Amino acid sequence: MPASKTLSVQNLTKSYNNLRAVDKISFDVNRNEIVGLLGPNGAGKTTAINMILSILEPDEGTIQIEGLDLHTCRSQAIGKTNFAAVYAPLPGNLTVFQNLRIFGMLYGVRGLSKRIEELLVQFDLVTFRDKKCGVLSSGEQTRVGLAKAMINRPQLLLLDEPTTSLDPATARDIRAKIRELATHETGGVLWTSHNMYEVEEVCDRVLFLSHGRILLEGDPKTLPSEHGKKTLEELFITVAREPLTLEVR
Amino acid sequence: MTSFRRVLAVLLRQYYLLRGSLSRTVPLFAWVAVDMILWGFLTRYLNTVTSSGLNFVPVLLGAVLLWDFFIRIMQGVTMAFFEDVWSRNFLNVFATPLLISEYVGGLVISSMVTSLLGVVAMLLIATLWFHLSVLVYGIIMIPFLLSLFLFGIAFGIFGCALVLRFGPASEWFIWPIPALISPFAGVLYPVSTLPHWMQGVARILPPSYIFEGLRTIISGGAVQWLLLVWSICLAGGYILLAYGCFVCVYKHALHTGLIARYSAENLS
Repeated sequence: MPASKTLSVQNLTKSYNNLRAVDKISFDVNRNEIVGLLGPNGAGKTTAINMILSILEPDEGTIQIEGLDLHTCRSQAIGKTNFAAVYAPLPGNLTVFQNLRIFGMLYGVRGLSKRIEELLVQFDLVTFRDKKCGVLSSGEQTRVGLAKAMINRPQLLLLDEPTTSLDPATARDIRAKIRELATHETGGVLWTSHNMYEVEEVCDRVLFLSHGRILLEGDPKTLPSEHGKKTLEELFITVAREPLTLEVR
Repeated sequence: MTSFRRVLAVLLRQYYLLRGSLSRTVPLFAWVAVDMILWGFLTRYLNTVTSSGLNFVPVLLGAVLLWDFFIRIMQGVTMAFFEDVWSRNFLNVFATPLLISEYVGGLVISSMVTSLLGVVAMLLIATLWFHLSVLVYGIIMIPFLLSLFLFGIAFGIFGCALVLRFGPASEWFIWPIPALISPFAGVLYPVSTLPHWMQGVARILPPSYIFEGLRTIISGGAVQWLLLVWSICLAGGYILLAYGCFVCVYKHALHTGLIARYSAENLS
């Protein structure tokens, strides 16, 4: 795998009984690139992310993270990733600091105490340091989840609708932080969102998924006009309602 | 490669939870203390009403102490696992570099520490209040405890596998396991008391050899070391089986997406 790729997915397939949730998808995420994985509910986005996180076994296909095959070098490959998802909050019965410490240890972070303090400042969590996560607002919990996702300075960051429960101002700050990570550090980001404004602002490239297949791929700023649509949202709706009217990639 | 730091992280999580919660620490002592007091008085009463001359304290109270030790060990493993179930933490935990062997290792060490606290409480009550001297059993206590420890770990891991496979609601299958085993294990009576088919079951349960050995010592007989070694080997075999079962269930969960979808609902 060329050194510029942080994630390489080839022919990834997953079926549940007779339903093909992900159907032979192939894509890459390059360093310093934010790739948006878009599609209607049930398109296969989360299934794909779960396979990249190695909590779901693919039926077929390969996943390489930083050149490491996920199937044969799981622990090393996963050590180079991290994720935040709105449906995976950190344990509410532990404090922000305790959660970050435990996950920092699980990811083998060196200089952990210093790293935790950095993240508490970066995500505006200093005042919540010793508060249990369960008593935080959903926006604060999202920030804790993002701090955890950054704790090991991942080469590949997977974000499944990370700004869903944030207010517009906080969401903008978070987007800027993630943009900064992608620009200044060496990592790549795979991002799912239903907020097309956000996707257009943040993503360098988008992949539209429908019925488990990649339907379209391209620059979110030019892709709508290439398919005769005014906005990304309009294109999204077309993918969701009339996928057959668009060409398969 | 196994990372001690990741095992330590699993342990640290348990430490944080115990440190900050009275409802988690009190049960470590409370139930075993109640058991010791209840059986302590019962044995005292039996000593006064029977003319056999048999001292029931080391026979019954000692047996209950050992049985509670097994239960503590088993529940120590499952309780640590349930913390991840209750906090819906599987997705976060299993998406880290943590290996299954490290995770299970962390649960086992955590159980050892919490069980030790319960054992100390039991010994204090049994010796100070009811004058049970563990010296009566001598060095033989070490293989007794080892066998029960291994058997407790085995059933703890098996319990975790069941809950991972069938969902959080199936935790209610786990709590009665010791009660289901105890009639066969001959905790309070000789295995020869049981009907033949139950004796057959007893032979494949390591605790039955321990409690038979306990009674043999108290009655002045010689301990059959070979049977004790067999009991320990048998318990070791149960651990291998239970761990194999957990790994199979985990792989099944990876294949079906159970870990990703694990929630408070029963997934059976």
